[in-house]
Amino acid sequence: MTKVARRHSSRTGKKSNVQREFDKFVGRKILFMFALLVLAAILVGVSVTFGPLEITVLEVYRAIIQRILSTDLGMDELTELVIWNIRLPRIMWGLAAGFGLGVAGCIMQAVLRNPLASPFTLGISAGANFGVSLAIILDFAIFGGMYAVIGNAFIFAFLTSMIIIGISAIKGGTVEILILAGIALNYVFRAASDLFKYFATYEQKEATQAFGQGDLGTFGWSELSLVALIILVCMILVAPKLRDLNIMTAGDETAKSLGIDAGNLRMFVMMVASFLVASVVAFVGPIGFVGLVGPHMSRMIIGSDHRFQLPASGLLGAIILVSSDILGMNIIPPIIIPVGIMTSILGVPFFFYLIMTRRREYW
Amino acid sequence: MMIKLAINGLTFSYNSVPILDDICMEVAPAKLLSVVGPNGTGKSTLLKCVDRVLKPQQGNILLDRKDIMKMDRMEIAKQVGYVQQNVKRSFPTTVFDTVIMGRRPHQGWQTRDEDHEIVWEILELLDIDQFALKYFNELSGGQQQRVLIARALAQEASVLLLDEPTSNLDIKRQLEVMDIIQDLVRTKRITAMVAIHDLNLASRYSDRMIMMKNGRIIVAGDPRDVLTAENIEAIYGVEVDIRTQSDAPYVVPLKPIKTKKVWHHENDFIARSKKKVSSIGRISDNLSERFGQVKVLK
Repeated sequence: MTKVARRHSSRTGKKSNVQREFDKFVGRKILFMFALLVLAAILVGVSVTFGPLEITVLEVYRAIIQRILSTDLGMDELTELVIWNIRLPRIMWGLAAGFGLGVAGCIMQAVLRNPLASPFTLGISAGANFGVSLAIILDFAIFGGMYAVIGNAFIFAFLTSMIIIGISAIKGGTVEILILAGIALNYVFRAASDLFKYFATYEQKEATQAFGQGDLGTFGWSELSLVALIILVCMILVAPKLRDLNIMTAGDETAKSLGIDAGNLRMFVMMVASFLVASVVAFVGPIGFVGLVGPHMSRMIIGSDHRFQLPASGLLGAIILVSSDILGMNIIPPIIIPVGIMTSILGVPFFFYLIMTRRREYW
Repeated sequence: MMIKLAINGLTFSYNSVPILDDICMEVAPAKLLSVVGPNGTGKSTLLKCVDRVLKPQQGNILLDRKDIMKMDRMEIAKQVGYVQQNVKRSFPTTVFDTVIMGRRPHQGWQTRDEDHEIVWEILELLDIDQFALKYFNELSGGQQQRVLIARALAQEASVLLLDEPTSNLDIKRQLEVMDIIQDLVRTKRITAMVAIHDLNLASRYSDRMIMMKNGRIIVAGDPRDVLTAENIEAIYGVEVDIRTQSDAPYVVPLKPIKTKKVWHHENDFIARSKKKVSSIGRISDNLSERFGQVKVLK
């Protein structure tokens, strides 16, 4: 009976039970995305209130609106200055960096079909570290002046992924080769960075270590707008490929038989993701974990349809990074615990919680 | 004579090891063609070449008289669906999301309502719509096979290539899957090319059959003419008894024939038993005259 009814329903346009359930399923995904956005907005407001100067959440939003609309809502000038010039940039850096790393990790896991793929495990972060060590300890920099460190970090991070992609292009671009090459480069760069430390002065060691632990507070609005622009461009480049990323998880042969040039697509999105990671890491340091775990969390919660999973990975990455940083700054003031350390301390328990409570064999 | 798919002089080698050697065949529309032969004969490779997942070094493949080598991937994907041997997947997707992948060749960069409707219809057709929201790897082997067939159907292709669709299934699911394929051939006039190990399943369901060994088609035609004791002994090295069951040959394996050396090449095979080869050649010549639809030019 039900079967006949179902058959009939698809022609009359009425929806069967499964179809209604499906609509709900999609609705939940959209709701989840919306919830993440709201959460991020609240997080921004709340995060700004932490610090020596008393600021209320309402003042934070008022200051933001006042600046955006360039009207006068009667804000205290000092409060506005603290919000705009000291606290907000750091939080916005957290949002941008977390988003970028989450998205890049999601892309890499999809096209490499490997749950361990992330900017960290592929050696891209280690490449950035190596570049920074070169600049600080050996005084070798691609760009001179104030961009020496950032320039080196970016170039060596991007170079690392280009080597990985290049090797796989020569060898046929299989997933295994990409990952093995990444892991190998990771070790080489770490070894080299460690080696440099023998020739470093105390200050140089401190400086490279500081970069290695990540810091969201080094740069202000102008650099942030550059990174935000890069993130935007990368998102625009990847957006038309999201469904193809879904298909890529089914394997290269299936992808090819569905009309997708798997090798080329992998190269393209890996380049975009690498560029994204290199830009973020150059400014804030190699913050691990977010790029690995953001995508896993979003996959556990809303599944692996990348049209939802990719933005959700970014948003989760942003939220994790900002909350970690706020906690790191305020847990034992006036000491600021580096964000790289805090993300792991805060994120791992939550990650384990998700792993333990999932019933599926693998999310 | 209508020809859906024609393969001429197809040669494929991997790292200069020849896998397929001068394959020639033709299939009419709405036929179920099975591809049989011992392990490592190149059955899967042949299917992959037809879908151009692999790129053959020589020869051409004509689909409705158009050369597949000159078509782009998306164009091929609209006409040829490929059901891969079931492999373990890295990240689980739901059944619906898996099947809608098959709509990709027909989509722009957005999924339309029409695509959803088509997918629902196919899910209903294969009776897996109740699993739409389940994850692929939570399903049983038979259900997974249906999902993969559904994805190929979503491509709305006129040729389906299926690689071992019945492996790892119990006998009931084997029959169900083969029934689905036969149904599609009969009702949707799809041409199905099925690589399969089970000679009796192949015998029961196929309209045409090709038997391969060492990258070559040795014999082709109606299953009744292909599945002879002589052919199977020569190609598989197994002594068999052929019976008839519901008008189709039924193969009862008796014992493997002990061989002094492994046949690496067709020439060894010819040298070893001239009589058999000539009889196979005669059979296939006769077949191509008689049926014309599947012919072997070697």
